[in-house]
Amino acid sequence: MAPVKKKHEIAGTTIFDGDQARKGYALNKMCYSFNSADSRAEFLRDEDAYCKKYQLNTQQRAAIRNRNVLELIAAGGNAYYLAKFAGIFKLDMQDIGAQQTGMTKEAFKAKLAEAGE
Amino acid sequence: MAKIVGSITMSHVPAIGRAIEKNLQQTPYWKPFFDGFPPVREWLKTAKPDIAVIIYNDHGLNFFLDKLPTFAVGAAPQYQNADEGWGIPVMPPFDGDLDLSWHLIESLIANDFDLTTCQEMLVDHAFTLPMALLWPEQGNWPVRTVPVCVNTVQFPLPSVKRCYSLGQAIGNAIESWDTDARVVIIGTGGLSHQLDGKRAGFINKEFDLMFMDKLISDPLWITRYSIDDLVELTGTQGVELLNWVIARSALRGEVIMKHSNYHIPISNTAAGLMLLESI
Repeated sequence: MAPVKKKHEIAGTTIFDGDQARKGYALNKMCYSFNSADSRAEFLRDEDAYCKKYQLNTQQRAAIRNRNVLELIAAGGNAYYLAKFAGIFKLDMQDIGAQQTGMTKEAFKAKLAEAGE
Repeated sequence: MAKIVGSITMSHVPAIGRAIEKNLQQTPYWKPFFDGFPPVREWLKTAKPDIAVIIYNDHGLNFFLDKLPTFAVGAAPQYQNADEGWGIPVMPPFDGDLDLSWHLIESLIANDFDLTTCQEMLVDHAFTLPMALLWPEQGNWPVRTVPVCVNTVQFPLPSVKRCYSLGQAIGNAIESWDTDARVVIIGTGGLSHQLDGKRAGFINKEFDLMFMDKLISDPLWITRYSIDDLVELTGTQGVELLNWVIARSALRGEVIMKHSNYHIPISNTAAGLMLLESI
Protein backbone atom coordinates (compact mmCIF):
# COMPACT_ATOMS: atom_id res chain seq x y z
CA MET A 1 0.00 0.00 0.00
CA ALA A 2 1.35 3.41 -0.94
CA PRO A 3 2.05 5.54 2.13
CA VAL A 4 -0.02 8.67 2.54
CA LYS A 5 2.45 11.48 2.05
CA LYS A 6 2.78 14.44 4.33
CA LYS A 7 1.55 17.78 3.06
CA HIS A 8 3.48 19.48 0.34
CA GLU A 9 3.96 23.16 1.20
CA ILE A 10 3.65 25.63 -1.66
CA ALA A 11 4.06 29.30 -0.75
CA GLY A 12 0.91 31.39 -1.05
CA THR A 13 -1.18 28.29 -1.76
CA THR A 14 -3.81 26.45 0.26
CA ILE A 15 -4.62 23.03 -1.13
CA PHE A 16 -8.34 22.29 -0.87
CA ASP A 17 -7.92 18.93 0.84
CA GLY A 18 -9.88 17.02 3.46
CA ASP A 19 -8.87 19.42 6.23
CA GLN A 20 -10.10 22.43 4.26
CA ALA A 21 -13.21 20.59 3.07
CA ARG A 22 -14.16 19.76 6.67
CA LYS A 23 -13.43 23.25 7.92
CA GLY A 24 -15.23 25.01 5.10
CA TYR A 25 -18.29 22.83 4.57
CA ALA A 26 -20.92 25.31 5.84
CA LEU A 27 -19.30 28.22 4.00
CA ASN A 28 -19.00 26.33 0.74
CA LYS A 29 -22.56 25.07 1.10
CA MET A 30 -23.81 28.62 1.42
CA CYS A 31 -21.77 29.67 -1.62
CA TYR A 32 -23.11 26.69 -3.59
CA SER A 33 -26.62 28.04 -2.93
CA PHE A 34 -25.63 31.18 -4.87
CA ASN A 35 -26.08 29.23 -8.10
CA SER A 36 -29.70 30.31 -7.66
CA ALA A 37 -30.73 33.91 -8.35
CA ASP A 38 -33.35 33.68 -5.59
CA SER A 39 -30.67 32.72 -3.07
CA ARG A 40 -28.43 35.58 -4.17
CA ALA A 41 -31.32 37.99 -3.68
CA GLU A 42 -32.17 36.49 -0.29
CA PHE A 43 -28.55 36.93 0.85
CA LEU A 44 -28.57 40.57 -0.23
CA ARG A 45 -31.90 41.20 1.54
CA ASP A 46 -30.69 39.91 4.90
CA GLU A 47 -27.10 38.80 5.05
CA ASP A 48 -27.16 37.97 8.77
CA ALA A 49 -30.19 35.75 8.49
CA TYR A 50 -28.76 34.00 5.45
CA CYS A 51 -25.43 33.26 7.16
CA LYS A 52 -27.29 31.97 10.23
CA LYS A 53 -29.40 29.69 8.06
CA TYR A 54 -26.18 28.08 6.77
CA GLN A 55 -24.67 27.98 10.28
CA LEU A 56 -21.47 29.78 9.45
CA ASN A 57 -18.98 29.86 12.31
CA THR A 58 -17.59 33.14 13.65
CA GLN A 59 -14.51 33.05 11.42
CA GLN A 60 -16.59 32.37 8.31
CA ARG A 61 -19.15 35.04 9.19
CA ALA A 62 -16.40 37.63 9.67
CA ALA A 63 -14.71 36.69 6.40
CA ILE A 64 -18.02 37.04 4.53
CA ARG A 65 -18.69 40.38 6.23
CA ASN A 66 -15.21 41.61 5.29
CA ARG A 67 -15.57 40.38 1.67
CA ASN A 68 -11.99 39.17 2.14
CA VAL A 69 -10.90 36.30 -0.07
CA LEU A 70 -7.77 35.32 1.88
CA GLU A 71 -9.85 35.20 5.08
CA LEU A 72 -12.49 33.15 3.28
CA ILE A 73 -9.83 30.64 2.17
CA ALA A 74 -8.46 30.49 5.73
CA ALA A 75 -12.03 29.71 6.85
CA GLY A 76 -12.16 26.73 4.49
CA GLY A 77 -13.59 28.32 1.36
CA ASN A 78 -12.91 26.71 -2.01
CA ALA A 79 -11.99 28.97 -4.93
CA TYR A 80 -14.83 27.87 -7.20
CA TYR A 81 -17.45 28.34 -4.50
CA LEU A 82 -15.99 31.66 -3.40
CA ALA A 83 -16.24 32.80 -7.02
CA LYS A 84 -20.02 32.33 -6.77
CA PHE A 85 -20.01 34.62 -3.71
CA ALA A 86 -17.90 37.19 -5.60
CA GLY A 87 -20.38 36.93 -8.49
CA ILE A 88 -23.05 38.51 -6.28
CA PHE A 89 -21.00 41.71 -6.29
CA LYS A 90 -20.13 41.39 -9.99
CA LEU A 91 -16.46 40.93 -9.13
CA ASP A 92 -14.38 39.10 -11.70
CA MET A 93 -11.26 36.97 -11.30
CA GLN A 94 -8.96 39.96 -11.71
CA ASP A 95 -10.73 41.76 -8.87
CA ILE A 96 -10.26 38.66 -6.72
CA GLY A 97 -6.64 38.24 -7.79
CA ALA A 98 -5.86 41.88 -7.10
CA GLN A 99 -7.39 41.72 -3.63
CA GLN A 100 -5.45 38.59 -2.66
CA THR A 101 -2.10 39.88 -3.93
CA GLY A 102 -2.54 43.42 -2.61
CA MET A 103 -2.19 44.84 -6.10
CA THR A 104 -4.38 47.22 -8.05
CA LYS A 105 -6.53 45.50 -10.65
CA GLU A 106 -4.53 47.14 -13.43
CA ALA A 107 -1.23 45.96 -11.92
CA PHE A 108 -2.61 42.42 -11.52
CA LYS A 109 -3.75 42.36 -15.15
CA ALA A 110 -0.35 43.63 -16.25
CA LYS A 111 1.31 40.84 -14.26
CA LEU A 112 -0.85 38.24 -16.08
CA ALA A 113 0.01 39.73 -19.47
CA GLU A 114 3.73 39.73 -18.58
CA ALA A 115 3.57 35.98 -17.97
CA GLY A 116 2.92 35.60 -21.69
CA GLU A 117 5.98 37.53 -22.80
CA MET B 1 -16.39 -0.62 -34.97
CA ALA B 2 -16.68 3.01 -33.88
CA LYS B 3 -13.87 5.33 -34.89
CA ILE B 4 -12.15 8.02 -32.84
CA VAL B 5 -11.61 10.84 -35.31
CA GLY B 6 -9.33 12.83 -33.00
CA SER B 7 -8.88 14.61 -29.70
CA ILE B 8 -9.31 18.31 -29.05
CA THR B 9 -7.89 19.79 -25.86
CA MET B 10 -8.72 23.31 -24.79
CA SER B 11 -9.11 25.69 -21.87
CA HIS B 12 -12.40 26.70 -20.28
CA VAL B 13 -12.96 29.94 -18.36
CA PRO B 14 -16.34 31.56 -17.54
CA ALA B 15 -15.10 34.86 -19.02
CA ILE B 16 -15.22 33.21 -22.48
CA GLY B 17 -18.99 33.02 -22.04
CA ARG B 18 -19.18 36.74 -21.34
CA ALA B 19 -16.97 37.49 -24.34
CA ILE B 20 -19.27 35.47 -26.61
CA GLU B 21 -22.37 37.12 -25.12
CA LYS B 22 -20.95 40.61 -25.72
CA ASN B 23 -19.54 39.69 -29.13
CA LEU B 24 -15.98 40.60 -28.16
CA GLN B 25 -14.24 37.88 -30.20
CA GLN B 26 -12.37 40.31 -32.41
CA THR B 27 -11.36 42.84 -29.74
CA PRO B 28 -7.59 43.06 -29.11
CA TYR B 29 -7.89 41.25 -25.76
CA TRP B 30 -9.84 38.25 -27.09
CA LYS B 31 -8.75 37.95 -30.73
CA PRO B 32 -5.58 35.90 -30.10
CA PHE B 33 -7.73 33.37 -28.23
CA PHE B 34 -10.77 33.15 -30.52
CA ASP B 35 -8.67 33.10 -33.68
CA GLY B 36 -7.36 29.72 -32.61
CA PHE B 37 -10.66 28.02 -33.35
CA PRO B 38 -11.60 28.40 -37.05
CA PRO B 39 -9.05 25.74 -38.19
CA VAL B 40 -10.56 23.27 -35.70
CA ARG B 41 -14.08 24.06 -36.92
CA GLU B 42 -12.95 23.42 -40.49
CA TRP B 43 -11.43 20.11 -39.43
CA LEU B 44 -14.70 19.14 -37.72
CA LYS B 45 -16.59 19.71 -40.97
CA THR B 46 -14.42 17.06 -42.60
CA ALA B 47 -14.05 14.72 -39.62
CA LYS B 48 -17.85 14.74 -39.14
CA PRO B 49 -18.08 13.28 -35.64
CA ASP B 50 -21.49 11.94 -34.56
CA ILE B 51 -20.69 12.01 -30.85
CA ALA B 52 -18.42 14.05 -28.58
CA VAL B 53 -17.08 12.51 -25.37
CA ILE B 54 -16.26 15.49 -23.20
CA ILE B 55 -13.73 15.12 -20.38
CA TYR B 56 -14.05 18.03 -17.96
CA ASN B 57 -14.36 19.04 -14.33
CA ASP B 58 -17.49 20.42 -12.70
CA HIS B 59 -17.14 23.65 -10.67
CA GLY B 60 -20.03 23.24 -8.26
CA LEU B 61 -23.00 23.11 -10.59
CA ASN B 62 -23.89 19.42 -10.75
CA PHE B 63 -21.71 18.17 -7.90
CA PHE B 64 -21.44 19.88 -4.54
CA LEU B 65 -18.95 18.70 -1.92
CA ASP B 66 -21.66 16.57 -0.27
CA LYS B 67 -21.14 13.86 -2.92
CA LEU B 68 -18.10 14.24 -5.10
CA PRO B 69 -17.15 11.38 -7.41
CA THR B 70 -13.59 11.02 -8.66
CA PHE B 71 -14.84 9.91 -12.10
CA ALA B 72 -18.46 10.28 -13.23
CA VAL B 73 -20.00 9.34 -16.58
CA GLY B 74 -23.25 10.85 -17.82
CA ALA B 75 -25.99 8.51 -18.97
CA ALA B 76 -28.79 10.98 -19.60
CA PRO B 77 -30.87 11.50 -22.75
CA GLN B 78 -30.21 15.23 -22.47
CA TYR B 79 -27.89 17.49 -20.47
CA GLN B 80 -28.98 20.93 -19.30
CA ASN B 81 -26.79 23.88 -18.42
CA ALA B 82 -27.93 26.22 -15.60
CA ASP B 83 -27.04 29.39 -13.71
CA GLU B 84 -23.59 29.00 -12.15
CA GLY B 85 -23.79 32.24 -10.19
CA TRP B 86 -21.31 34.29 -12.20
CA GLY B 87 -23.64 35.74 -14.77
CA ILE B 88 -22.89 33.93 -18.01
CA PRO B 89 -25.84 33.07 -20.28
CA VAL B 90 -27.34 29.61 -19.94
CA MET B 91 -26.74 27.55 -23.05
CA PRO B 92 -29.28 25.42 -24.96
CA PRO B 93 -29.39 21.73 -23.92
CA PHE B 94 -27.23 18.97 -25.36
CA ASP B 95 -28.48 15.60 -26.54
CA GLY B 96 -26.88 12.58 -24.94
CA ASP B 97 -26.07 9.22 -26.51
CA LEU B 98 -27.33 6.57 -24.15
CA ASP B 99 -25.86 3.68 -26.12
CA LEU B 100 -22.33 5.04 -25.90
CA SER B 101 -22.83 6.14 -22.28
CA TRP B 102 -23.75 2.63 -21.20
CA HIS B 103 -21.16 0.99 -23.41
CA LEU B 104 -18.51 3.20 -21.76
CA ILE B 105 -19.84 2.52 -18.28
CA GLU B 106 -19.89 -1.25 -18.82
CA SER B 107 -16.50 -1.32 -20.45
CA LEU B 108 -14.77 0.96 -17.94
CA ILE B 109 -16.18 -0.84 -14.91
CA ALA B 110 -15.18 -4.18 -16.46
CA ASN B 111 -11.68 -2.67 -16.60
CA ASP B 112 -11.66 -1.82 -12.88
CA PHE B 113 -12.66 1.86 -13.02
CA ASP B 114 -15.17 2.39 -10.22
CA LEU B 115 -17.38 5.03 -11.77
CA THR B 116 -20.35 7.06 -10.68
CA THR B 117 -23.12 6.96 -13.28
CA CYS B 118 -25.48 9.91 -13.71
CA GLN B 119 -28.87 9.55 -15.36
CA GLU B 120 -29.50 13.20 -14.63
CA MET B 121 -26.66 15.66 -14.85
CA LEU B 122 -26.22 19.40 -15.25
CA VAL B 123 -23.20 20.45 -17.30
CA ASP B 124 -21.28 23.63 -16.49
CA HIS B 125 -19.08 26.05 -18.43
CA ALA B 126 -16.27 23.50 -18.67
CA PHE B 127 -18.56 21.49 -20.95
CA THR B 128 -20.70 24.19 -22.56
CA LEU B 129 -18.06 26.77 -23.55
CA PRO B 130 -15.86 24.32 -25.46
CA MET B 131 -19.01 23.19 -27.30
CA ALA B 132 -19.83 26.82 -28.15
CA LEU B 133 -16.26 27.46 -29.30
CA LEU B 134 -16.33 24.46 -31.62
CA TRP B 135 -19.92 24.95 -32.85
CA PRO B 136 -20.62 28.68 -32.38
CA GLU B 137 -24.14 28.53 -33.81
CA GLN B 138 -25.17 27.00 -30.41
CA GLY B 139 -28.30 24.95 -30.05
CA ASN B 140 -28.17 23.07 -33.33
CA TRP B 141 -25.42 20.93 -31.91
CA PRO B 142 -24.37 18.53 -34.67
CA VAL B 143 -23.11 15.92 -32.20
CA ARG B 144 -24.61 13.91 -29.39
CA THR B 145 -22.60 14.06 -26.18
CA VAL B 146 -21.29 11.91 -23.34
CA PRO B 147 -19.89 13.84 -20.34
CA VAL B 148 -17.02 12.34 -18.34
CA CYS B 149 -16.49 14.43 -15.22
CA VAL B 150 -13.22 14.28 -13.27
CA ASN B 151 -12.71 15.62 -9.75
CA THR B 152 -10.08 18.36 -9.89
CA VAL B 153 -11.73 20.32 -7.08
CA GLN B 154 -11.29 18.51 -3.77
CA PHE B 155 -8.01 16.76 -3.00
CA PRO B 156 -7.01 13.99 -3.15
CA LEU B 157 -7.37 14.03 -6.94
CA PRO B 158 -6.80 10.98 -9.14
CA SER B 159 -3.14 10.60 -10.08
CA VAL B 160 -1.86 11.54 -13.52
CA LYS B 161 -1.11 7.88 -14.12
CA ARG B 162 -4.65 6.88 -13.24
CA CYS B 163 -6.04 9.53 -15.58
CA TYR B 164 -3.75 8.30 -18.33
CA SER B 165 -5.08 4.76 -17.83
CA LEU B 166 -8.67 6.02 -17.85
CA GLY B 167 -8.07 7.69 -21.20
CA GLN B 168 -6.62 4.49 -22.61
CA ALA B 169 -9.64 2.55 -21.34
CA ILE B 170 -12.03 5.09 -22.89
CA GLY B 171 -10.19 4.78 -26.20
CA ASN B 172 -10.32 0.99 -26.09
CA ALA B 173 -14.01 1.04 -25.16
CA ILE B 174 -14.95 3.29 -28.07
CA GLU B 175 -12.88 1.31 -30.54
CA SER B 176 -14.52 -1.92 -29.43
CA TRP B 177 -18.04 -0.48 -29.75
CA ASP B 178 -19.87 -2.32 -32.47
CA THR B 179 -21.26 0.62 -34.45
CA ASP B 180 -20.02 2.81 -37.27
CA ALA B 181 -20.20 5.97 -35.10
CA ARG B 182 -17.52 8.61 -35.41
CA VAL B 183 -16.41 9.98 -32.03
CA VAL B 184 -14.39 13.05 -31.11
CA ILE B 185 -12.78 13.32 -27.66
CA ILE B 186 -12.72 16.77 -26.08
CA GLY B 187 -10.62 17.42 -22.96
CA THR B 188 -11.12 20.80 -21.29
CA GLY B 189 -9.36 22.85 -18.62
CA GLY B 190 -5.99 24.38 -17.78
CA LEU B 191 -3.47 25.31 -18.71
CA SER B 192 -1.49 26.96 -15.93
CA HIS B 193 -3.48 29.20 -13.61
CA GLN B 194 -4.11 29.82 -9.96
CA LEU B 195 -7.18 31.69 -8.74
CA ASP B 196 -6.67 31.49 -4.99
CA GLY B 197 -4.20 32.64 -2.37
CA LYS B 198 -1.31 35.05 -2.38
CA ARG B 199 0.06 33.10 -5.34
CA ALA B 200 -3.03 34.04 -7.42
CA GLY B 201 -2.10 34.94 -10.97
CA PHE B 202 0.60 32.29 -11.20
CA ILE B 203 1.19 31.19 -14.81
CA ASN B 204 4.00 28.96 -16.15
CA LYS B 205 4.42 29.35 -19.88
CA GLU B 206 7.57 27.24 -20.09
CA PHE B 207 5.92 24.24 -18.45
CA ASP B 208 2.70 24.59 -20.48
CA LEU B 209 4.60 24.61 -23.76
CA MET B 210 6.65 21.61 -22.67
CA PHE B 211 3.45 19.78 -21.68
CA MET B 212 1.83 20.51 -25.04
CA ASP B 213 4.92 19.33 -26.88
CA LYS B 214 5.22 16.14 -24.84
CA LEU B 215 1.54 15.41 -25.28
CA ILE B 216 2.37 14.76 -28.94
CA SER B 217 5.71 13.01 -28.73
CA ASP B 218 5.88 11.45 -25.26
CA PRO B 219 2.49 11.46 -23.53
CA LEU B 220 3.75 9.36 -20.60
CA TRP B 221 6.19 12.16 -19.68
CA ILE B 222 3.53 13.92 -17.59
CA THR B 223 2.90 10.79 -15.48
CA ARG B 224 6.25 11.35 -13.71
CA TYR B 225 4.64 14.23 -11.80
CA SER B 226 2.57 13.94 -8.64
CA ILE B 227 -0.55 16.06 -8.25
CA ASP B 228 1.36 18.20 -5.71
CA ASP B 229 4.13 18.70 -8.28
CA LEU B 230 1.53 19.82 -10.80
CA VAL B 231 0.02 22.34 -8.37
CA GLU B 232 3.48 23.77 -7.86
CA LEU B 233 4.25 23.83 -11.59
CA THR B 234 0.87 24.86 -13.01
CA GLY B 235 -1.15 26.39 -10.14
CA THR B 236 -4.07 25.14 -8.08
CA GLN B 237 -6.39 25.13 -11.09
CA GLY B 238 -3.67 24.25 -13.61
CA VAL B 239 -4.19 20.65 -12.47
CA GLU B 240 -7.20 20.62 -14.78
CA LEU B 241 -4.66 19.49 -17.36
CA LEU B 242 -5.62 16.01 -16.15
CA ASN B 243 -8.53 16.29 -18.59
CA TRP B 244 -6.06 16.84 -21.43
CA VAL B 245 -4.11 13.77 -20.35
CA ILE B 246 -7.25 11.62 -20.56
CA ALA B 247 -8.23 13.04 -23.96
CA ARG B 248 -4.72 12.39 -25.29
CA SER B 249 -4.33 8.85 -23.98
CA ALA B 250 -7.67 7.88 -25.55
CA LEU B 251 -5.79 8.03 -28.86
CA ARG B 252 -3.80 4.89 -29.46
CA GLY B 253 -0.25 4.90 -30.77
CA GLU B 254 1.44 7.86 -32.37
CA VAL B 255 -0.40 11.07 -33.08
CA ILE B 256 0.06 14.09 -35.26
CA MET B 257 -0.85 17.59 -34.21
CA LYS B 258 -3.16 19.15 -36.78
CA HIS B 259 -3.45 22.52 -35.05
CA SER B 260 -2.51 24.31 -31.84
CA ASN B 261 -2.76 27.69 -30.19
CA TYR B 262 -1.46 29.14 -26.92
CA HIS B 263 -2.22 32.55 -25.51
CA ILE B 264 -1.71 34.37 -22.19
CA PRO B 265 -3.94 35.55 -20.61
CA ILE B 266 -7.64 34.97 -20.87
CA SER B 267 -8.98 36.03 -17.50
CA ASN B 268 -6.29 34.64 -15.12
CA THR B 269 -5.49 31.66 -17.32
CA ALA B 270 -2.98 30.52 -19.91
CA ALA B 271 -5.21 29.26 -22.72
CA GLY B 272 -4.13 26.28 -24.78
CA LEU B 273 -5.71 24.50 -27.71
CA MET B 274 -4.60 21.35 -29.52
CA LEU B 275 -6.08 19.14 -32.18
CA LEU B 276 -4.56 15.67 -32.32
CA GLU B 277 -5.18 12.75 -34.66
CA SER B 278 -3.93 9.18 -34.54
CA ILE B 279 -1.53 8.40 -37.37
